[in-house]
Amino acid sequence: MKILVPVKRVLDYNVKPRVKSDGTGVDLANVKMSMNPFDEIAVEEAIRLKEKGVATEIVAVSIGPAKAQETLRTALAMGADRAILVQTDDAVEPLAIAKILKAIADAETPGLVILGKQAIDDDNNQTGQMLAALTGWAQGTFASAVNVEGDSVSVTREVDGGLETVKLKLPAIVTTDLRLNEPRYASLPNIMKAKSKPLDTKTPADYGVDTSPRVKLLKVSEPPVRQAGIKVADVDELVAKLKAMGVHS
Amino acid sequence: MKTLVWVEHDGSAVKDATLAAVTAASKLGEVHLLVAGEGVDGVAKAAAEIAGVGKVHVADNAAFAHNLPENVAPMIAGLMASHDAFVAPATTTGKNIAPRVAALLDVMQISDILSVEGDKSFTRPIYAGNAIATVESSDAKLVLTVRGTAFEKAAASGGSGAVEAVDGGSDAGISSFVGAEIAKSERPELTSAKVIVSGGRALGSSEKYEEVIVPLADKLGAALGASRAAVDAGYVPNDYQVGQTGKIVAPEVYFAIGISGAIQHLAGMKDSKTIVAINKDEDAPIFQVADLGLVADLFTAVPELTSKI
Repeated sequence: MKILVPVKRVLDYNVKPRVKSDGTGVDLANVKMSMNPFDEIAVEEAIRLKEKGVATEIVAVSIGPAKAQETLRTALAMGADRAILVQTDDAVEPLAIAKILKAIADAETPGLVILGKQAIDDDNNQTGQMLAALTGWAQGTFASAVNVEGDSVSVTREVDGGLETVKLKLPAIVTTDLRLNEPRYASLPNIMKAKSKPLDTKTPADYGVDTSPRVKLLKVSEPPVRQAGIKVADVDELVAKLKAMGVHS
Repeated sequence: MKTLVWVEHDGSAVKDATLAAVTAASKLGEVHLLVAGEGVDGVAKAAAEIAGVGKVHVADNAAFAHNLPENVAPMIAGLMASHDAFVAPATTTGKNIAPRVAALLDVMQISDILSVEGDKSFTRPIYAGNAIATVESSDAKLVLTVRGTAFEKAAASGGSGAVEAVDGGSDAGISSFVGAEIAKSERPELTSAKVIVSGGRALGSSEKYEEVIVPLADKLGAALGASRAAVDAGYVPNDYQVGQTGKIVAPEVYFAIGISGAIQHLAGMKDSKTIVAINKDEDAPIFQVADLGLVADLFTAVPELTSKI
């Protein structure tokens, strides 16, 4: 079984985003960019399925600028077998991403597509579900456990209030939640080896997908800042303040 | 504009997240509801009583019993022929279903809206709430998910919606529900609690969480929460997690105990009305957002607070 793993290049999760003063977006000039953390979990899960003998080949895909090659090389260094870069400098929305991925899925016929549940830049949480709609495949979102059993996959999902398990017919779409696994670091020899793994470069037009945005970004602003309050000296003062607010047993 | 609001329910009662979505939808136009499930007459009746509601579409079918998006989304897409906007609460159910509906309609969804700015424009958080984007849709129809803490809850009674059955619906045959482990508890739910007591990594163990955090929550009738660090360390289950990667909450009072205040945690609770922080590190970032801060050792201060409050 082949596994397709889409990955996105995003602002590194340790970097505090700065809103540009002209309100056009978040400043991405000269800041560290990395693979979306949920996508790292997706790559890791695919590799584990390959190590278990369930998967035979892992294809990483990224849709983005030329530099998204670096993100794909990271996936290759972790253990993906080959990569496809769909190169574009435009900001591509989840719906168009899903359409490109649908075209790639048609060509590659994977048994599973594993994606991050959301990218930590736009926080949309849409692409996997949209890809599932377009392919007509079943979806197991926010996964904390994935078990392939014959021609189906059982997915434990993190839902409000607890966990839920669903059984999906393959091929299927899985989106990852944080506790699914802990992604490995690529070793230096594997980083070297990744440089010679195949990476195809395509464009959205190769897949016949129109990527013009449906949603216009009017403005990006700083969130309202919360003012710090006061420090109380001891528990008695805290209790008095809380009681004055009506908070008591 | 005619909106169709997804009713989040547990089989017997309407969940609060629905009421915030109703408020958001009412800013766009007429509010119709969709109750999907199996044996949901009671839910439909309760939904019809929500203030300001027009029609209540009831899709009662075994195929809809567990909100499987493979079965539910095509039914919703069908109903959207006569509606202009599909509005779902940004719960795990809403987030699972809405994008599938959007793609079936060839619509780009707008996720997690914080406000309605116009017929087609909204604000929404990006970068874990570190920036707020104002966006405008150019699609013919809208698909939205609504952040529950950003809207007032519509009144649960006073309405008289007309209940109407949705015909059809079938099992797509590609997915099935196996089981769920939903924590049962006497406590209020995190996302609707008036008071939340959350513990962080400084607690050091699940035993200490039980010993220090739980009694205070018991005394205040509060819901229990935790930081991601405490969840990752295994002190409490993941559904306790408050933050960008967990639950977004906005109670009247939020107690952050032994929580340093990482950006990702703040993103989940900074809209709380009053934030109380107890931490022994006076430079902890949590104090920058706390209304009441106490620099103290939590292992002595919290039991004292529990006994005195």
